[in-house]
Amino acid sequence: MGTLNTFPNLNDPDGFYEELLRLHEGLSEEESTLVNAKLVLILANHIGDRAVITEALTLARKSANVDQF
Amino acid sequence: MLANVKKIFEEPLYPYLRSVDQDENPPVQKPVIIIGAGPVGLTLAIDLALKDIQVVVLDDNEKVSFGSRAICFAKRPLEILDRLGVGEQCIEKGVTWSKGKVFFDERQVYDFDLLPDPDHKRPAFINLQQYYLETFLVQRLEKLKADGKPVEIRGKNKVTSIDQKDEFVILQIDTPEGAYAMQAQWVVACDGAASSVRSMLALEFQGRVFEDNFLIADVVMDAKFPTERWFWFDPPFNRGQSALLHKQPDNVWRIDLQLGWDIDKEAELKPEKVKARVQKMLGDDVKFDLEWVSIYTFQCRAMENFRHNRVIFAGDSAHQVSPFGARGANSGIADADNLAWKLKLVLDQLAPEELLDSYVEERVLAARENILNSTRSTDFITPKSKMSGIFRNAVLELAEQSEFARPLVNSGRLSVPSVYDKCSLTGKDHPDMPAITRPGAPAIDAPVDKKWLIDLVGNDFQLLAINTKVPDMLQVNEICIKSLIIEATDIVRQRYLGNAKSAVYLLRPDQHIMARWLEFDEQAVIQEIKRITRYSGRGN
Repeated sequence: MGTLNTFPNLNDPDGFYEELLRLHEGLSEEESTLVNAKLVLILANHIGDRAVITEALTLARKSANVDQF
Repeated sequence: MLANVKKIFEEPLYPYLRSVDQDENPPVQKPVIIIGAGPVGLTLAIDLALKDIQVVVLDDNEKVSFGSRAICFAKRPLEILDRLGVGEQCIEKGVTWSKGKVFFDERQVYDFDLLPDPDHKRPAFINLQQYYLETFLVQRLEKLKADGKPVEIRGKNKVTSIDQKDEFVILQIDTPEGAYAMQAQWVVACDGAASSVRSMLALEFQGRVFEDNFLIADVVMDAKFPTERWFWFDPPFNRGQSALLHKQPDNVWRIDLQLGWDIDKEAELKPEKVKARVQKMLGDDVKFDLEWVSIYTFQCRAMENFRHNRVIFAGDSAHQVSPFGARGANSGIADADNLAWKLKLVLDQLAPEELLDSYVEERVLAARENILNSTRSTDFITPKSKMSGIFRNAVLELAEQSEFARPLVNSGRLSVPSVYDKCSLTGKDHPDMPAITRPGAPAIDAPVDKKWLIDLVGNDFQLLAINTKVPDMLQVNEICIKSLIIEATDIVRQRYLGNAKSAVYLLRPDQHIMARWLEFDEQAVIQEIKRITRYSGRGN
């Protein structure tokens, strides 16, 4: 299995982005970090495919402009 | 002392007695000398004695373990102890449990049942103080000795030097009556995490140290808590840290409190201080006594090789894990189980010395698995960065509401036997049969004609035939292979047949499965046995 979809896949990108920002409205940085952590866990579970998740983790870390882990 | 009654671990159980060997010159030679009379050394000694291998156990002490120490014993080690004739006593004295709860702050977030399955002779776990297990093992050893088996235990015999020759090892031993020497064909070091044998041979023990302190308090109380493993993350009575409560026999309860890294150990060990902490946890109205208190830090580390010529390491001397998961004593007992029959074949000259490298191969694999699991548990329980703490709390909060997060909660992955996948003794598989009983796995128990399968196999090589025939007995290169023929019940079918109509399993003396086929084929069995009798390591 594997192969992360790195092409556009959201049919409403602006709407999604707005909703994501709204999720964090009124939260402290600490609260936001916790919410983000939960979101990562929820989405990772939904994806399920470990190989896809590994590709996603690698991509996220790469775009943070730091060494690969 | 903390409690008033004198405890079993304060009495000399195998006091020093002069041996005739102390007057021998030149020194006597023994086939096997075991250093260390803990659970691993004693298990190995009993197994060897039952196989009529002469064995001497040396210990610098004369008492069983001080304090409860290892308390959780898993199903597979209990089956091994059964094979050695000690299982029943452990079960009778022990507290049987399989359930646990996990709390976060003041709320329960998760509960589990490890083995609700009734079709096994032994439960998922019992709790039993290490000093009881050692007492039963010493009694068993003394009984075997009284019955004429070539085994003995020598208290206050401290090994002070080890000199390896090609054909034997020379040990210098200190006793209250002075020093003496003995030779051994094989020495097994079962002398624990701080192994002096390992130091004497200047061998490395690399791994990871966790910067944290845990307080263990064994308290005696008449409490109404259920017989379950209760684990707290960040509870009100120990803010920012973890805690564990677990029942042992004799109304003794194990309490583990995480203290953090920067503490004053001496102050924390003062009974008033410990009592105050425990009182805060249990509530003001609970009355209790302290039986044993200790503070530990932990490490996950292993030797690279468990065999150095004629000196073999087993248990904590070879590998050390954090306590979450009960993978210390349980894996040490499995080490002994793995080693005994191989030593027997080598000493009987039925297999080459190199067979002992298969012990290393298989038990290094197990040690790595245990270290991986206990390291992961420790990283979850004691987050070492801000972000790992955030993820930990995210998991715990989600677990309360949502099923999916519960498998991520890691308060210790409890000990299960290792499967020797891809190891050099692991032989032919059959694709139609279930994965749980694949070659390399230990035999899985099942009821058979009002008996237990696990009681019907073991101590010898064995063919297990299900819904098919095998000869009553088979002799391959002087190795005797016994037979057991059974009819498949639903449970046997589920655990051993899968989609196959029949099966022939070849079992090792430690009840691990070597190979399996649809039907008996003598040549195929001979080929598998050659893996042992002509052992040449990987790729044979």
